[in-house]
Amino acid sequence: MPQTNKPAGFQGLILELQRYWAAQGCVILQPLDLEVGAGTFHPATTLRALGPTPWKAAYVQPSRRPTDGRYGDNPNRLQHYYQLQVILKPAPANSQQLYLDSLAAIGIDAARHDIRFVEDDWESPTLGAWGLGWEVWLDGMEVSQFTYFQQVGGIECDPVSTELTYGLERLAMYVQGVESIYDLNFNGVDGTGRISYGDVFLRAEREYSAYNFERADTDLLFRHFVEAENECKALLSLGDATTNAPPLPLPAYDQALKSSHIFNLLDARGVISVTERAAYIGRVRALAKACCEAWLAGSGSNR
Amino acid sequence: MTGELLLELLTEEIPARMQRRAIDDLTSLIADKLKAADIPTATIEGQVTPRRLVVIADGIPARQPDRSEERRGPRVGAPEAAINGFLRSAGLASTKELETRGEFHFAVINRPGRATAEVLPELILAAMTALPWPKSMRYPASPLRWVRPLNSVVCLLDGEVINLALGEVPVGRVTRGHRFLAPGEITVENAADYRAKLAHAHVVLDRAERRATIDEGLTALAHAAGLEVKADEGLLEEVTGLVECPVVLMGNIDADFVRPLPEGLPPEVLATAMRTHQKYFTCLNPDGTPAPRFLFVANNVTPDRGETIAAGNERVLRARLSDARFFWDQDRKVRLEGRVEALKQRVYHEKLGSVYERTGRVERLAEAISQRVPGADLEHVRRAVRLAKADLSSGMVGEFPELQGVMGRYYALYGDQKEAPQVAEAIGEQYKPLGPGDTCPTTPEGTVLAIADKLDALVSFFVIDEKPTGSRDPFALRRAALGIVRIILENKLRFGLRSALEAAASSYLNSERVPDEVLDFIAERLKVHLRDQGVRHDLASAVFSQVEDRGLARITKIEDNLVRLLARVAALQAFLDTDDGANLLTAYRRAANIVAIEERKDGKRYHDAEYQEMPGEPVEGSLSKVLAQVRLRVEELVAEQKFEDAMAALATLRKPVDEFFDRVTVNVDDKQLRENRLRLLARIRATMNQIADFSQVEG
Repeated sequence: MPQTNKPAGFQGLILELQRYWAAQGCVILQPLDLEVGAGTFHPATTLRALGPTPWKAAYVQPSRRPTDGRYGDNPNRLQHYYQLQVILKPAPANSQQLYLDSLAAIGIDAARHDIRFVEDDWESPTLGAWGLGWEVWLDGMEVSQFTYFQQVGGIECDPVSTELTYGLERLAMYVQGVESIYDLNFNGVDGTGRISYGDVFLRAEREYSAYNFERADTDLLFRHFVEAENECKALLSLGDATTNAPPLPLPAYDQALKSSHIFNLLDARGVISVTERAAYIGRVRALAKACCEAWLAGSGSNR
Repeated sequence: MTGELLLELLTEEIPARMQRRAIDDLTSLIADKLKAADIPTATIEGQVTPRRLVVIADGIPARQPDRSEERRGPRVGAPEAAINGFLRSAGLASTKELETRGEFHFAVINRPGRATAEVLPELILAAMTALPWPKSMRYPASPLRWVRPLNSVVCLLDGEVINLALGEVPVGRVTRGHRFLAPGEITVENAADYRAKLAHAHVVLDRAERRATIDEGLTALAHAAGLEVKADEGLLEEVTGLVECPVVLMGNIDADFVRPLPEGLPPEVLATAMRTHQKYFTCLNPDGTPAPRFLFVANNVTPDRGETIAAGNERVLRARLSDARFFWDQDRKVRLEGRVEALKQRVYHEKLGSVYERTGRVERLAEAISQRVPGADLEHVRRAVRLAKADLSSGMVGEFPELQGVMGRYYALYGDQKEAPQVAEAIGEQYKPLGPGDTCPTTPEGTVLAIADKLDALVSFFVIDEKPTGSRDPFALRRAALGIVRIILENKLRFGLRSALEAAASSYLNSERVPDEVLDFIAERLKVHLRDQGVRHDLASAVFSQVEDRGLARITKIEDNLVRLLARVAALQAFLDTDDGANLLTAYRRAANIVAIEERKDGKRYHDAEYQEMPGEPVEGSLSKVLAQVRLRVEELVAEQKFEDAMAALATLRKPVDEFFDRVTVNVDDKQLRENRLRLLARIRATMNQIADFSQVEG
């Protein structure tokens, strides 16, 4: 397929997108150093989407979905993959154009393809968040999620933000024309120095699939879940009238994220029944909500 | 171009499923508001694309007409404060401007008509605000909630810009063409100019035209390849709402996926991956089998004539079908029997236990229903019930939940352990009919399973008090009830619903009230179904629930055998269409009315059982004899389900009843005679009620 400025390898694509969003005035952050299911969970999105302070950021977020593991056997599905997340607050009037220009920056010329915005309303029950938007189709393939945040942590977003999430592996597969994620050229080098996605992650997919589905100690995880939940509440000074310590929403939010990931692991291990599932999601949501409220109460900014 | 309004609301992509409703609503809202403002239009039309809502109206006058309104004020001589208040509210300065007629002051308020251009902004904004989107959102540029951000507005009255207060959303005469083919700004002068420039900018404004273009394109491409398109109106509708510039393209499916089973994939899997997930149309070979091609609709014209786009779509489909192939191969390695155990872990509903437990209940019920379905083999039914839900834990159903049942059938046929074809078909048919457009099960075992599954679902959710309310029906119980009605009627199954419901309810504690409730619920669906089929609902009601005088007791008898019910309704309808029938209905009403009135007056009931032969008018005696005969005869005929003959028997009542009313006075002074005659009238009612409750017949 003819590309104008094809980026060099998987990492080249990431670098181009970061360069593009940096040029739009975004803070280019590094990933959150915790296990999360999606870029949305990063406090740079969840918490910063709240309150009036303008904010523009972009970052790559390793995303862990334990139930999606396929032991490296499936060419399209992984339990660990990368999202590139962009948050623009308030939502610019030309959000769609900014997104399309970012595709042009990685060599996807809209004039040669069929790019479509197909209804897909986003909702995260664990974050108590929702928004309206689309999944973006590139010649029939979903490559991004595009959302106008309406609520986070059960709180109305004012102003509304634009959230863009790129499925980096899919996009790279398309740009590179490969049929398996593991065949992606990672470093953009040809010949002997070439490193593929499989070289970097195939072994990890096998080991983590075994861990997620078979080996993770569920008793330990159930205990960790409760510990993280309690720590989160303690840091928000909830339920303890004897202490006057001010709430610490950021460390508390870390604990909420931990509980969320532990829940996902327990889910992958198949030890949570359908009925219990809703109850666990409700517990995580309660933590996330409390963190969001505490964050806003503390002025909703980093200062 | 006189009195022309052009309104275009350029919006970020509007969900396809909302477009038609939105433009219809917007057009009628604007039309209604114009009418309410005394601003007539000669024509008004709406057009919609994924990015535009467009309303064009014509023949609008430049001004509203002047309006004069008379308002009554306080009485003459009312306190000064009251009169001053009235003057203020009417916008008048002194009492000299008031008219006085009789006791009251009147104010005549003349409202000069406003210029249309002045009225329009508030009118259009009110229409936009009132537009009921199924889901709407906030966005920074404007205070108006909208389905997606509003980008810009063209609003022209006779070519002059009408300004609307929409925050930062630009309002004027500038729009844009197709997102990729003509992204630049376009300045428009009027509606004709707008249409022409938009067409030039690769936007097909007219929805019907887009749809026709797609439809023709699909057929042309398929025919060129010697194939047919599988007709799919729903998909055609949807894709029409996804493109402004439709371009139909064809792609290839790897031949491996469309080979005969089990090497290929089941057609339903192909269709689900293609239709639901990718919105592709299926191509069929001349013999009706799936062809290794698909058709889809792009929204762009590219220099390579869609080659890159088709190649991209082929890759996506290949990935999806590879996933499906993985599940198909893996799933078949596990016996369905081996998946049954996993159903113990699968919660059906918090209050109703696991799917496994439910299987036991459905099995008992299916055994009972088997006896009523000719040709159903009990062993096959048992086996099918046991395996019915096993596919829920298969990889394929995990990925495509809508394929439940369908996959069970395939795994029963092509899995590691082959099941009897009857068992496989029953598993495949258990959820049928899935909606008004779906067919009922055709095999006896499938019929049993489908009825048992639905009856248990209805009863169980009624037991835990999860009945549908208003538009809320999360467990699709209305669909289940209608499904039962259709299966019974289409297969002419002769069985009483009540005993089946009692059998279903016997699996639950505290469920005594449930069979009656569910029967009522099914009856409601039945009436709706019959109405759609053109059957009079009053006749259905008359036959469904009859009040019967049995000795001194009045009991309500429910006709729970739907096939019999329909036969009775048909016979009743035919009877009422005859002269005898119409006449007898009149007589019935007369008899029933007199009895009802006298019962109210006397504060007591007149039971036909207490009627005694006594000396009176001769016609009285002969009526009583005929009634006794007819009563017995009708009872026999109804028991034999000979409803037409029963009606004919009723018809013999006409003459004696007519004679009775001609010659006998009921309300005579002789108390005993009067009461006895009332009992005779009650007997007319009771005799006819054996067939149907004629009091519910309308017209």
